[in-house]
Amino acid sequence: MFENKSGILLIAGLGFFLFSFVSNALVPILMYRHLPEQTVEQLVTQNVLYQFEDLKIRYPEQFKTYVGEATAENCAKLLKRGRDVYVAEGCWHCHSQFVRPVSNESRRWGPVSQTIEYQNELQRPVMFGTRRVGPDLSREGGRRGNDWHAVHFYDPPTVSPDSPMPKYRWFFDGAPNKPNERGLAVILYVQWLGSWLESYPLYENYLPIQESMSNPTE
Amino acid sequence: MNSTTSHELAAEPIDPTELVEERLVLWYFLAAIVSISISLLGGLLMSMQLIHWNPHDGVEYLSPGRWRMIHTNAIAYGFIANSFLGALHWAIPRLTLKKVLCRRLSYFIFAAWQVVVLSTVAGILMGHAQGVEWGETPVWIDPLAQVGLFLVAINFLTPIIRAKGPLYVSLWYFMAAFVWTFLTYAMGNFMPQYYVSGTSAGAITGLFIHDLVGLFVTPLAWGLMYYFVPILLQKPIWSHGLSLVGFWGLAFFYPLNGIHHFLLSPIPMFLQYSAIVATVAVEFVVLTVIINFFGTLWGSSRALVTNIPLRWFYTGMVCYFLTCLQCSMQVTISFQKVIHFSDWVVGHAHLVMFGVFGLWFFGMMTYLFPRLLRHPWYSRNLCEWHYWLTAVGIFVMASDLILAGLFQGYYWVSLQPWDASVNGSQPFWIVRFVAGVAIISGQICFFVNLWKTWRLARASDVESLLPNTTYGPAWTAE
Ligand code: HEC
Ligand code: HEM
Repeated sequence: MFENKSGILLIAGLGFFLFSFVSNALVPILMYRHLPEQTVEQLVTQNVLYQFEDLKIRYPEQFKTYVGEATAENCAKLLKRGRDVYVAEGCWHCHSQFVRPVSNESRRWGPVSQTIEYQNELQRPVMFGTRRVGPDLSREGGRRGNDWHAVHFYDPPTVSPDSPMPKYRWFFDGAPNKPNERGLAVILYVQWLGSWLESYPLYENYLPIQESMSNPTE
Repeated sequence: MNSTTSHELAAEPIDPTELVEERLVLWYFLAAIVSISISLLGGLLMSMQLIHWNPHDGVEYLSPGRWRMIHTNAIAYGFIANSFLGALHWAIPRLTLKKVLCRRLSYFIFAAWQVVVLSTVAGILMGHAQGVEWGETPVWIDPLAQVGLFLVAINFLTPIIRAKGPLYVSLWYFMAAFVWTFLTYAMGNFMPQYYVSGTSAGAITGLFIHDLVGLFVTPLAWGLMYYFVPILLQKPIWSHGLSLVGFWGLAFFYPLNGIHHFLLSPIPMFLQYSAIVATVAVEFVVLTVIINFFGTLWGSSRALVTNIPLRWFYTGMVCYFLTCLQCSMQVTISFQKVIHFSDWVVGHAHLVMFGVFGLWFFGMMTYLFPRLLRHPWYSRNLCEWHYWLTAVGIFVMASDLILAGLFQGYYWVSLQPWDASVNGSQPFWIVRFVAGVAIISGQICFFVNLWKTWRLARASDVESLLPNTTYGPAWTAE
C-alpha cells in the first residue's frame, strides 16, 4: 500500500487532499451557511450614499462624465468597480483588511473584525491581505475626506511625507481635482470600508454637504 | 542507488537519449530563465519603490503594485513550473524506462504553458489580476491553465503507470504531486471567485497558497532531489524507511496547514489551532527528510567543494531546514502577534522559494546544461560566481527581512504613528535592495556563462566530448 501506485494515487493523492478539503474548507462553509451573502446593492447604506453624493458635489463634471446620476444603482456599480481597481492595482498586497484581537490593533483601528463583515459579494475573493506596508484599511471609511484621498492617490507625499505608497496618476485626468472613473471608484471603495459599523466615524454628525460647506466653522 | 533503479532493472542497456526529448528540456530551462529575469526586475522595482528610488513613479504600466504580482506569478508559473517540466522530462523517462505519453503532446504543452505564463504577465499588467494571492492569473486564463495541468498529469503519469517493478521514491512524489497540483489549482482559482465569499473563502485561499507550495512545489522538488543527489554522489539514499516517513508525513500533514496563513482572523479558532498543530508536525517530517539526505552525504562531504551542482542542492537543504525552523516559531500565536503582516513573512517566502527551490533549480541546470549542449561549461569561475553571489544574496536578504519584520511588529504593537514603522524600515529595505542586486548579478554571470557555452557548443562538433550517457561525478569534462 505505501509504495504501490494505487496506494499513492488514491490515498495520498486523492484521499488526504479531500480530507484536508473537508476539514479545513467545508467546515467553515457549513458553519457560516446561515449567514447569507449580501449583494453589492445591499451594501449601499446611508453612509456610502453620503460619500457618493459628496463626490458628486466636489467633482461635478468628472462625476457626470464617469458616473452619471447619483442613484443607488450607480453607487453600487461604482463600488464594485472600486473593488476591481483595488484588486487590479495590488493594493491588497500592501494593505490588510482585518483587525486582529491582539497587539493593540483595536486601539489603533477600531473593533476587531468579525465573520459577518465579510459575507458579501465584494469579499469574493476575500481581501484579508497578507502584508501591511501601509495601515489596515478595514475601518478606513469616513476617517478622511474624499479630497484628502484624491490628493493622496495623486501624490501620497503631499499629505503624508515620506510615504512609499505609489502615485496613482492614472486615476486622474491630469490633476488631483479631476479623478476619473477609477479614481472616483477607488475613493468610494475606501470610504465603504467600515461603513457598516456603528462606529463609522462620521456617522453621527452628518450635515448635508452643502450646508457644511456654506458654514465651514460648524 | 536503490536496487530498484533503472539500470539494474533493464535487461539490456537502454540509451536514455532515445527516451528523453532533450530539446524540450533545454527549451523549458530557457523559458524558466526568461521568466526569472522578468520576475527579478519586478521584485527590484517594488523594492525601489519602498526606498523612494523608483524613477518612474506614477506610470501605469510600471505600477509597483502590479509588478509585485507579476514578480510572484512569474516565479510560480514561469520559473518554477518551467524548471520542473524540464527536469521532469529528463528524470521521468530515465526512472521509468518509458517515454512520456506523446511527443507531440509534450510540445503542445510547452507552447500552451508559455501562452499561460505570458498572458498572465500581460493580464496582470493590463489590470486584470484576480484577487487570490499566487492565483492572480486573470480569471480568463484559469480554464486554460487547468487544462494544461491535466495534460501535464496524463503525459507524465502514463510512463509511471506503465513502469514495471517497485517504484522509486521520486516517483511516489511525482505521482501524488500531479494529482495535488490539479486539485489545488481548481480549488484556489474557482471556489473563492465563484462559490464562496468571506471568511470561508479566506480558509480556502489559505489552503491554496499553502498547497501550491506544499503539494505542487515541495513534492516535485524533493522527488527530483531523491533522483539527482544519489546520482551525483554515486551511492544510494541513506534510509529507505525515512523516505517512507517523509513522503507519507508530507502527504498527510501538509494539506492540513493552510489556515495558518490567517491566524487570529475570523476563521474559527479551533481550525486555526489544528492548523498550528499540523504545521508543527510537518516540521518533524521535514527533519526526517533532511536527516536522510545528510546521512546520504555522510562520508562524501568533500564533494561539496568540487561538485557545484551538489553544493547548490545541499545549500538549498540547509535553507530548507532554516525555513522550517523559522516556521515552527512563527506559527505560534505568540510570534504571530508580532510578526504577522510584517517583512518577517516576506523573508520567509524568499528563503523558501528562492533559497531552497531556486537554488535546487540552479543546481539542476548547472548539472544538465553541459549534458544538453554536449559541451562543458565555458567557465567554472563563472559558475562559482553564480553560486556565491546568489547564496550570499539570499542569505543576506532573508536575514535582513526577518529582522526588519521584528522591528516593524514592535513599532506597530507600541502604537507609534504608522510612519514610524515605514521610516524605521528604510535601512532594512536598502539592504534588501543591495542583496537583490547581488542576486541579479549572480544570474547575469550565469547567463553569460550559458551564452558562451552555447556558442562554443555550436562552434565545435564535439559529440564525443561528453557522452550524454555518463553519470560520472565530474559534472564538467575537466
Ligand atoms: C507599496 C505599498 C502600497 C501600495 C501598493 C498601496 N499603498 Fe496605500 N499606503 C501605503 C503606505 C505605506 C501608507 C501610509 C502612508 C501614507 O499615508 O501614505 C498608505 C496609506 C494609505 C491610505 C491612508 C490610510 C490612512 O488613513 O492613513 C489609504 C486610504 C491607502 N493607502 C489606500 C491604498 C489603495 C486604495 C491602494 C491601491 C490603489 C494602495 N493604498 C496601494 C502603502 C501602499
Ligand atoms: C532581485 C531579487 C528580489 C527582490 C529585490 C525581491 C523583492 C520582493 C519584494 C519587494 C516583494 C514584496 C514584499 C512586500 O510585499 O513587502 C517580494 C515578494 C515576494 N518574492 Fe521576491 N524579490 C526577489 C527575488 C525573488 C525570488 C528569486 C523569488 C522566488 C524564487 C521571490 C519570491 C517572492 C515571493 C514568494 C514573494 C511574496 C511574499 C509574501 O507575500 O509573503 N523573490 N519580493
